[in-house]
Amino acid sequence: MNVENIRNLFPQLSEKVYGKDLVYFDNAATSLRPLTVINKWTDISSRHNANIHRAVHKTAVDATEEYESTRDAVKDFINAGSREEIVFTSGTTASVNLVAFCFGESLIEEGDEVIVSEEEHHSNIVPWQMMCQRKGAVLKVLPIDDDGCMMIGELERLCTSRTKIVAVAQISNVLGLVNPLKEIITFCHSKGVPVLVDGAQGIVHESVDVQDIDCDFYAFSGHKIYAAPGTGVLYGKKKFLEKFPPYMGGGEMIESVKFSGTTYAPVPVKFEAGTQNFAGIPTLKPALELANKFKDKELSEYVASVSEYLDYKLAGNPRIHIYGKPDANLKKIPLFSFSVEGAHHEDLALILDKMGIAVRSGQMCAEPVMDRFGVSGMLRISLAPYNTMEEAEYFIKSLDKAIGMLI
Amino acid sequence: MEKTLQEVENDFVEEFSMYDEWLDKYEYLIDLGKNLRPYPESGKTDDKLVRGCQSRVWLDYKVENGRIYFTADSDAIITKGIISLLISVYSGRTPGEILSDDFSFINRIGLKENLSPTRANGLVSMIATIKAVAEENS
Ligand SMILES: Cc1ncc(COP(=O)(O)O)c(C=O)c1O
Repeated sequence: MNVENIRNLFPQLSEKVYGKDLVYFDNAATSLRPLTVINKWTDISSRHNANIHRAVHKTAVDATEEYESTRDAVKDFINAGSREEIVFTSGTTASVNLVAFCFGESLIEEGDEVIVSEEEHHSNIVPWQMMCQRKGAVLKVLPIDDDGCMMIGELERLCTSRTKIVAVAQISNVLGLVNPLKEIITFCHSKGVPVLVDGAQGIVHESVDVQDIDCDFYAFSGHKIYAAPGTGVLYGKKKFLEKFPPYMGGGEMIESVKFSGTTYAPVPVKFEAGTQNFAGIPTLKPALELANKFKDKELSEYVASVSEYLDYKLAGNPRIHIYGKPDANLKKIPLFSFSVEGAHHEDLALILDKMGIAVRSGQMCAEPVMDRFGVSGMLRISLAPYNTMEEAEYFIKSLDKAIGMLI
Repeated sequence: MEKTLQEVENDFVEEFSMYDEWLDKYEYLIDLGKNLRPYPESGKTDDKLVRGCQSRVWLDYKVENGRIYFTADSDAIITKGIISLLISVYSGRTPGEILSDDFSFINRIGLKENLSPTRANGLVSMIATIKAVAEENS
């Protein structure tokens, strides 16, 4: 499999912006959509559109089958122990909120502690803060070092008898370093503390086996891994999901509703209140299939070579400071967040935009990381397997030109 | 004779129309930004921040002989260029002059639609601040 074959799968790659070929380097924000995903959505919406789980008519059965078979596909993709451990949500944010709320309601007492890392996306901070505030619990922070590496050793100090859960990203959307999940989880479990993994970036770049890493919760978004926006997954160990109270009340999540009292459906449906995104969720099937194909050796080597080239060029520029430097044991995904001395990230992003290059600038929903490094924002490029060496070269040339305009 | 506010606006519209490429327009804005009168570090306080911008923008003013004199700064240079443009047009004017302007020159330049939404929001906030100052002092 080579990059030229796969570019044909993504219609947006032939778009022009300001008359120039679009160079899409903002994949960590959201990936582009392949035709298989677009076709799946269209197919369901034009042929199998009916509300799921409810009616007995043929179309509803087809729609339900599309939705429920996706649960099996997701289970296989992350090697969950059972399909009941896969809850569909609208995205990582929704998944983390669900856990923070339900965990808080059932397992947190006043004075208990929750640990998140300093490199978390706001989605893996704010839900915990809200829960801690509600429950009178304490939020503690696992720091990162000057290279952006999580200081795992600090867990020893932070974990106390009051620690009830640890929530960390597999890969930060700013730093791009693959955190040693197994090490973190083994340690936390040795203290009897469960771990939630924010896999929003991790699911895209790593092969995830939730049983092997033994995390208690794993959250990810469909839209970052080529599926439709508004789709998300929460993997949760049954022992927690079954203990949790419901999150949202409504249709479908119930067993029986009486004014004298309501009983709830078994997991995972207990957590899927109301009409679900039945046109979007099934796009996870072709999306994950494609993600599997992208693990192809030839393609992975190509991606690595483009990433190395970018790293070499950026690191070689004395004006550029890259955040997230892997030590010998850590892997880095094709994502680079950096500052350019004397040039504001937003100016650079605006000029690059006019050159047809889509990059991210600003705080990237990770203000604590910005504070950690004392910057108001950064510029970030994040690549997908459909990005080419030519695009990388064009980016480096354009960046030089943009810097030249600004200083 | 001093140019009227409208004449200054027209000058900018004409200046911008000379550049076909948006990159050239940016170069021009960058030049304007670099030439903006220095803003005192002591004035970079939170109460002077203009809300709604991705980059930080500070705007301050003083009133002398019935005219409002604006000073401003930003940590991003293109934004600074935009501020510089606004200051060239609106600084040193009376509140009446500012309030009777319809601010359409921004559209005539094509600035608003060519800025990213966050930038455009910033621009809208800057204009709102200028108008509010004029109202307060009219
Ligand atoms: C690491 C990380 N966590 C959480 C999120 C939130 O994902 P979503 O906005 O899809 O819920 C993102 C994406 O922006 C992310 O990169």
